[in-house]
Amino acid sequence: MEFLVASAIGIMTAAGLYLVLRLRTFPVIIGISLLTYAVNVFLFASGRLTFGAPPILRDDVLAYADPLPQALVLTAIVISFGMTAVVVMIALGAFLGGDTDVVDDPADPVEGDAS
Amino acid sequence: MSLFLIVALPFLGALLPGMMNSAGRQACAGVTFTISLMAFIGLLTNLPAIWTGDVVVARFDWIPLLGLNLTLMLDALGFFFACLILGIGLLIIAYARFYLDRDDNMGEFFTYLLLFQGAMVGIVLSDNILLLLVFWELTSLSSFLLIGYWKHLPEGRQGARMALTVTGMGGLALIGGMLILGQIVGSYDLSVILQNREAIQSSPLYVPALVLILIGCFTKSAQFPFHFWLPHAMAAPTPVSAYLHSATMVKAGIFLMARMWPVLSGTPEWFFIVTGAGLITMVLGAVIALFKHDLKALLAFSTVSHLGLITMLLGTGTAFGAMAAMFHILNHATFKAALFMSAGIIDHGAHTRDIQRLGGLRRLMPITFAIATLAALSMAGIPLLNGFLSKEMMLEEALHTTVFGSPYVVPGLAALGSLFSAAYCFRFISHTFLGPVQKTYPAPPHDPVAGLWLPPAILVVLVVVIGVAPFLAEPFIKFVTAAVLGGVAEVPTAHFKIWHGLNFALYLSIFAVVGGLLLLLMFGPALRLWDALPRPEAKRIFEAVIAAAVRLAQLIVLPLHNGAFSKYAAIFAVTVVGVGYYAWTTGTVGEPTRTAQDANLVQIAGWLMLVAATCGLVFLHRNRLLSLILIGIVGLVVSVGFVFFSAPDLAMTQLTVEVVTIILLLLALNFLPNRTPVESSVLRRTRDGAVALAGGAATMLLSYHYLLRDTVAPSISEFHLANSYYGGGGTNVVNVILVDFRGFDTYGEIIVLGIAALLIYALTETLLDGPTRAKLLNRKPDQPRAGNMHPMMMVVLTRVIMPVILMVAFYIFWRGHNEPGGGFIAGLVASIAVVMQYMASGFSWTSARLRYPYHGVIGAGVLIAGLTGIGSWFFAKPFLTSDFTYVRIPPFDEFELATAALFDLGVFLAVVGAVMLSLESFSRLARRAHVPDAEHPMDIDPSRDDPKEETA
Repeated sequence: MEFLVASAIGIMTAAGLYLVLRLRTFPVIIGISLLTYAVNVFLFASGRLTFGAPPILRDDVLAYADPLPQALVLTAIVISFGMTAVVVMIALGAFLGGDTDVVDDPADPVEGDAS
Repeated sequence: MSLFLIVALPFLGALLPGMMNSAGRQACAGVTFTISLMAFIGLLTNLPAIWTGDVVVARFDWIPLLGLNLTLMLDALGFFFACLILGIGLLIIAYARFYLDRDDNMGEFFTYLLLFQGAMVGIVLSDNILLLLVFWELTSLSSFLLIGYWKHLPEGRQGARMALTVTGMGGLALIGGMLILGQIVGSYDLSVILQNREAIQSSPLYVPALVLILIGCFTKSAQFPFHFWLPHAMAAPTPVSAYLHSATMVKAGIFLMARMWPVLSGTPEWFFIVTGAGLITMVLGAVIALFKHDLKALLAFSTVSHLGLITMLLGTGTAFGAMAAMFHILNHATFKAALFMSAGIIDHGAHTRDIQRLGGLRRLMPITFAIATLAALSMAGIPLLNGFLSKEMMLEEALHTTVFGSPYVVPGLAALGSLFSAAYCFRFISHTFLGPVQKTYPAPPHDPVAGLWLPPAILVVLVVVIGVAPFLAEPFIKFVTAAVLGGVAEVPTAHFKIWHGLNFALYLSIFAVVGGLLLLLMFGPALRLWDALPRPEAKRIFEAVIAAAVRLAQLIVLPLHNGAFSKYAAIFAVTVVGVGYYAWTTGTVGEPTRTAQDANLVQIAGWLMLVAATCGLVFLHRNRLLSLILIGIVGLVVSVGFVFFSAPDLAMTQLTVEVVTIILLLLALNFLPNRTPVESSVLRRTRDGAVALAGGAATMLLSYHYLLRDTVAPSISEFHLANSYYGGGGTNVVNVILVDFRGFDTYGEIIVLGIAALLIYALTETLLDGPTRAKLLNRKPDQPRAGNMHPMMMVVLTRVIMPVILMVAFYIFWRGHNEPGGGFIAGLVASIAVVMQYMASGFSWTSARLRYPYHGVIGAGVLIAGLTGIGSWFFAKPFLTSDFTYVRIPPFDEFELATAALFDLGVFLAVVGAVMLSLESFSRLARRAHVPDAEHPMDIDPSRDDPKEETA
């Protein structure tokens, strides 16, 4: 099981990185989303994997899953929605303003001086 | 009055004049004057306490772990400087009221002035050197605003920039020096540092600390070789020059040297650096001042010269030198402020400050003539005026100072400086006021209104009173000197007298005055000689240095930062993997302590789906709609994974976020092209693939490694599990962590979320206002539209189901403290309920029924959460301390009431507002011209705007 989770994190990271390195905005956004999943699962896994022991206190239960990574990841999920929305908005604005969704700026001549 | 209030008053008051411009100039000036006067009176109320030798202290722990505390201290030295700052400040405010034109924004001016005043008072009252540094930087920033106040003048902007660059760099050096000093002593409190003279001076870090602190002082006080910024700062309005360069800004460096005098002075390093720089500055400034034709430039260089004089006196390290320095600070502040104000009056009347075009003003401006002449003669060192007394003391001190074994160097240079000083004072008087009346003034000069001449006149009264009756000032100056010496040396017993008998200092004084007169007689030839001499132009050198720095920065930054964002991402990824690899190979890896758990078929199937969807994304990402579906699968598998691994809260959050994210991306794809073209070469794709695989392998190895090992140190999670119920009153530990244990984090997070939503809203507004508006309105959709925009089944279903979903959200919200759920998830669920209405019934229909704007919902959420936190203050508990109790209202069972629920309500509202504002902004972009928004949501539009038909 541990191997499955670790490899899933690795595969999502690799795919996310590859898409982030693409030249158009939309694949980059998808790549960032994939990276977000990978990072969230990575953080979550730092609490180690526990089956059938949610951190909901019960009188007769002694072992619980680690609640701390869960709390951190919960806010991370919500914040990453906000971040994705902002990135999408910026991509959209750039596309509508410049009629192109290429990520890289065109190479421009070096400016002369600071003034 | 409390010291906190004295420092805070100018800062608080700075808000007023800026906001009351419309109330008129008189009101602005009146408010500013009142605020300064209150601070000044507050300062004076502390005089009885410190006169008896007490030190008034006010303390508030700010960041005690860093040693940064709001500790203020008022002793005689601080009192002296605060008096100068606030007292002369009052005169400047009155003067500025009449000096500024109708076109000048007076509220803005007084706001800057009060900010600056507060920062200066903060410097002289700080007991904590870190706090002092904060105020020090504030003076640099606020003086930048003041110097550049006339934004339309290029000289003003350049002068302000130069002043900020030089004093800002000095400030950096000062931070370094102060931190070293704090490290040596082990405390950042001045009162502690001042007790540790031996420890500091015997430390090997003494010299670096000294040099760094002195760079800070020298840049601020315009000492050689940093003196060049001060004359360029003269582009400021004259009240600013009079304030900054007589009593405040440039005296901050002097103040710090005096403050640090007990612990830093008395060593050869201190003596050579401080006395040397002071002497050079004094002579250089005086010589340059003589040949300046602009009245303010002349005064600027004379200020440089006099600051050198004071620095030199502090550098000698004797008690008498320190006393003379204190006396000269007082005298210089009085006559120099009066002189600057007089120059401003002349400029105001004659519309020129060029000394070559002036002359003969004696008859035209008799009052100004009297004021300026008395002040200038004092500066020249003429008896019966206060400048004479302190200059005499300076010469006396110089006569006792030996350098390189020669007793002649210091007195010789001091006398030379005095000679030139006398010469430029005489020139100021004779070339401006004496001689025949000119016919070529740009405007007819006349004496100004009383508001302009009264402030300098008050100062000149002081000049004369101290000059005639020095015994009046003597107790006060000795009192201040005792605070400077700090017990390291005895206060000198010498008395302040006009007549000390025929001693050598008097001969030097006579030599200087007579020599100055002779030099003025030979001014014509001297000026020709001066003009013929090659001189380095400080401004040009400064600009060359700045240009070189800019070129160097461009050389380094531009190749790296060329706008190719995908390159940055690649560099970042490679660097992280490289650093991680280094850490991995050089660290030690322990044996696994956990056994791997078995996976069943369902889990393997889920894993296979995830891997398939992820790989599919890589290979099929050019079809953008397909990639949305694939990423949806990834998200779903991740949610299900959370269920498996005992994280129900996460699963619910992930699932609901997934829904809104996909809707968001769909809305974006409405505008973006639906396919990604093939652009990158095979080589590039191979390279990117290699980077991606390296990154993936690294994270996989790392996570596999730690999944099989226990934490090295015991985790703090046990604490949360143990205290969740008894301390937080909830059995859902994750929710209790969010709203209670780490409520402050959550509070920050909902604010960030709100800011993100507002940012999206603002960007939408910009797009809808700009040139893209027309483009958006006339856009032809690239996909065929459905004929029925609002399918009836969907409309009916979403409306029926909305109360149900809201009920679910309510339920999830309330159970959140004890069972999976809570504000975040409930907020997302409620948002989905509303989004469905937008999707089914259309934008206009939904907006028309929207009672509260989403901005307000975000704000209400943040406010409720914040007020819940503040509520704990009323019970003398720290911010966001929560409480809970159990109540029973028949016929219900006993249930729990927790303040955390109120906080969670804030979270709920902020999430709803943020999600809805984001999605609403996107859909606002989608509205087009020619397609009127339907008022009735169930109409059928037979005219499909199918692009295939139109292009055909």
